[in-house]
Amino acid sequence: MEDDKAGRYVLPGDFLGSGEYKSWANAIKIGDKFYATRVGVLEMGEDRIRVIPMSGPYIPKLGDVVIGKVIEVMPVAWTLDINSFFNAFLPAQHAFRSFDPERDELSNKFKLGDLILASIAKVERGRDSMLSLDGEGLGKIEEGEVFRISQVKVPRLIGKKGSMVQKIEELTGAQIFVGQNGIIVAKGPPESITKVKRAIEIVETMAHMSGLTDKMEDLLR
Amino acid sequence: MMNLIDEGGKRLDGRSFDQLRPFSMQAGLLKSASGSAYIEQGGNKILVGVYGPRDSRSRYGTNQDKAVLRCRYHMLPFSTEERKSPQPSRREIEISKVIRDALEPALLLEEFPRSVIDIYIEVLQSDGGSRGASITAASIALADAGIPMKDLVSAVAVGKVNGHLVLDLSDTEDKEGEVDLPIAVMLNSGLITLMQMDGKLSEDEFRQAIDLAMGGAKELREAQRKALVQKYFKEVDS
Repeated sequence: MEDDKAGRYVLPGDFLGSGEYKSWANAIKIGDKFYATRVGVLEMGEDRIRVIPMSGPYIPKLGDVVIGKVIEVMPVAWTLDINSFFNAFLPAQHAFRSFDPERDELSNKFKLGDLILASIAKVERGRDSMLSLDGEGLGKIEEGEVFRISQVKVPRLIGKKGSMVQKIEELTGAQIFVGQNGIIVAKGPPESITKVKRAIEIVETMAHMSGLTDKMEDLLR
Repeated sequence: MMNLIDEGGKRLDGRSFDQLRPFSMQAGLLKSASGSAYIEQGGNKILVGVYGPRDSRSRYGTNQDKAVLRCRYHMLPFSTEERKSPQPSRREIEISKVIRDALEPALLLEEFPRSVIDIYIEVLQSDGGSRGASITAASIALADAGIPMKDLVSAVAVGKVNGHLVLDLSDTEDKEGEVDLPIAVMLNSGLITLMQMDGKLSEDEFRQAIDLAMGGAKELREAQRKALVQKYFKEVDS
């Protein structure tokens, strides 16, 4: 494609470069040559090479704030669907002050179908990750409309230091929760929700556009 | 034997020996699928949807170390001249397996232990070489789903009709010709992931046939790339 390598768009199997790179992501090393493994944008540093993916599943990372749906209430934990290839579990201790399995009934706190804003507390290869409610604003989301966005576009939706999501909240009058896993919950009157839906569609289709936060006002009108 | 090549050295549909049938590919047209693709190649019209990686509902058939790839190749009842029963036939089960095996070497399944990836291939209209077209399209759909892969897999059949080696067999050439040799290849490494052969070729012919297939695969790979670029980067460029 282009001669200028960094910032160039790559597809699986595209030759990225050769040499001594210490770390690489979404790329594979064959001999001393590197090839892309995902559709994305190439980023090259001194000793690292990586492809920022444009599609793909959500992979839980420690500390990520996600929105999960309760799909199972077990004796001492809840199982949540976090829109990934694994479920996650939330131990009961996080929701009860001093949890006693004989006294406390889990479904009194969160029932099947509840949406919960939680952070990823532990990730282990090949196992369900563990969630935690330690953190500001984490817990059950009482009401709202659920939207989905491709997880690779979540950073765009949040914006620099939350600028984009704040802008959308400001313009629509809705309260918005964004999970790193691509689940969004918006709370507010119906006309606000309609606007939020538009805003999410705009981010989804125009994520690559620069200065989108400033343009959002005109686009939403 | 049926005459499949005219005096001018053209095939029944007017193609030269090393020419592919007209083809077009499109990526990402199904909203609910993780990744999808559509291909037309000759009379083939094939839609592919990839779902996953996702949590397997049961322990059965999963692997603790990597994702399990499952593939279903299915022909719709109206895809053939005579109605085809929608039940999976022996042929479809076999093709599902060979497609799965042709795609698996390209994928980095270790990144998603314990999960499953499903590839659903629906043949809307069938012509010769539908397994090759299915592999080519499934490869686009997998890239669209963001499943890490070493390379795109491109597939095409080579055959021998009336004593000539020809590229990308049509249905008639497949049925009436002497040899059918479908090949799937990862072009970066030159790794062949599928090779089946009906009929006989001499060693020399075989080498020529492989060269012919590589040429065809290269052309198809360009189109696979274009389909993905169209979906992901088109808006960026304009």
